[in-house]
Amino acid sequence: MLVLVVITALAFDFTNGFHDTGNAMATSIATKALGPRVAVAISGVLNFVGAFLSLAVAATIANGLVDTGKVTLTVVAAGLAGGIIWNLVTWLFGIPSSSSHALIGGVIGSTFAAAGGSAVLWHGLVSKVVLPAVLSPIIAALVAASGTWLLYRITRSLTSAARSHGFRIGQIGSACLVSLAHGTNDAQKTMGVITLALIVNGTVAEGSNAPIWVIVCCALAISIGTYLGGWRVIRTLGKGLVEIESPQGMAAESASAAVILLSSSFGYSLSTTHVATGSIIGTGLGKRGAEVRWNVAGRMATAWVFTLPSAALVGAGAFGIAHGVGGTVGVVVDLILLAALSAVIYWRSRGSKVDHNNVNAEWTGGAPTPEPAETAAA
Amino acid sequence: MSWINLTALWKIVVFGLIAGAGLPALFAGGLYSLSLGPHRARAATAGADGGTDSDVLIGGSVIGIAIAVLCFLIVLAAIGWSIYEIYQIGHPAPAKK
Repeated sequence: MLVLVVITALAFDFTNGFHDTGNAMATSIATKALGPRVAVAISGVLNFVGAFLSLAVAATIANGLVDTGKVTLTVVAAGLAGGIIWNLVTWLFGIPSSSSHALIGGVIGSTFAAAGGSAVLWHGLVSKVVLPAVLSPIIAALVAASGTWLLYRITRSLTSAARSHGFRIGQIGSACLVSLAHGTNDAQKTMGVITLALIVNGTVAEGSNAPIWVIVCCALAISIGTYLGGWRVIRTLGKGLVEIESPQGMAAESASAAVILLSSSFGYSLSTTHVATGSIIGTGLGKRGAEVRWNVAGRMATAWVFTLPSAALVGAGAFGIAHGVGGTVGVVVDLILLAALSAVIYWRSRGSKVDHNNVNAEWTGGAPTPEPAETAAA
Repeated sequence: MSWINLTALWKIVVFGLIAGAGLPALFAGGLYSLSLGPHRARAATAGADGGTDSDVLIGGSVIGIAIAVLCFLIVLAAIGWSIYEIYQIGHPAPAKK
């Protein structure tokens, strides 16, 4: 049973990396500072390194969200299934929703279904997840807007070609930092969940840090996922929101990296997705004459609001199924359903393929992304 | 039990601005001083004759280059130091039970 949970958790970590490459690398790919393939490779390696950097977020997830005394392994597995399904659905539609909220929503949903509202630590949920989720994109946008304004102001006497040449070099550095930051925050979440499972199983004591093998496995899973790349999300972030020039790219990435790294070290499990999006919008606001596509931004915000409750519902449903069947078999049934659904989503994604070849194609409305209404319904 | 940790919030905003906007600005300052000198690619001259927009970064002024190098080194040092700090904070001794 524990093995199954760990495998599911690593699968989630994989989809997490897959989903979130865009946060770090979208802007660099959009401004052509890095080739798409090189970008995802670097990002994968740095996610691996970042995963070792800080353990504060893992501790929040493992001990700060649900009452570890009332959670069972079935609950954790069902929560993970909720998170993965939501991640895959939003990936299909190219919406950069938060993997973190998908995971947290899933776990909370299944905990709620299993043990009722008293097993959820609401205070921890609001103060360490919900509030940071609301505040972090605003802070990131503020930092990115200030940065963008400063960069254009300081280098205004340079030719635009020289300027973009210089900042493309800078962007490589800042994009690397975002990948590192992503590792410190997102890889931690899966570590937190596996640690939670280990605590529940009695393998490690309550209040423990993640054991070393957990850190290594999570770091590997997220970097492989990152390397395979979520081209759909990269496209939405890099081309859909604002047309980005390299100084803006660097400003956005620096802002994201700074906000994520700082929050990680405080143990806030914020969404790297929300931060990256906030930063990109901020660079649009900080440059005179730049246009922010608010309809795309609005669509994302809608998906964000839906993420936590939707993943919670899926998590609760998955628990219902697993509990109804009972025991290890129940969890296996859940996993089979999960695998089948993943296969369907993968098959559907073949229809409108986004890969390293067409990731930077001109933005023409929503295509190849289907309408948001379907996402909300999904 | 407070719902919002104001200390952490202002720290994230202030340090976020310093690191997230200040360091790129320093990098921009480096680019600017790097461009000083005789070979400087000026927006005005390149744009006027409709010729090719030069993307040459190094202007040729020795002092300019020195200042630029200093700026870039400060940026790198700041990044290195922050990562070290985060590593220190992020690996507390496991809680004793």
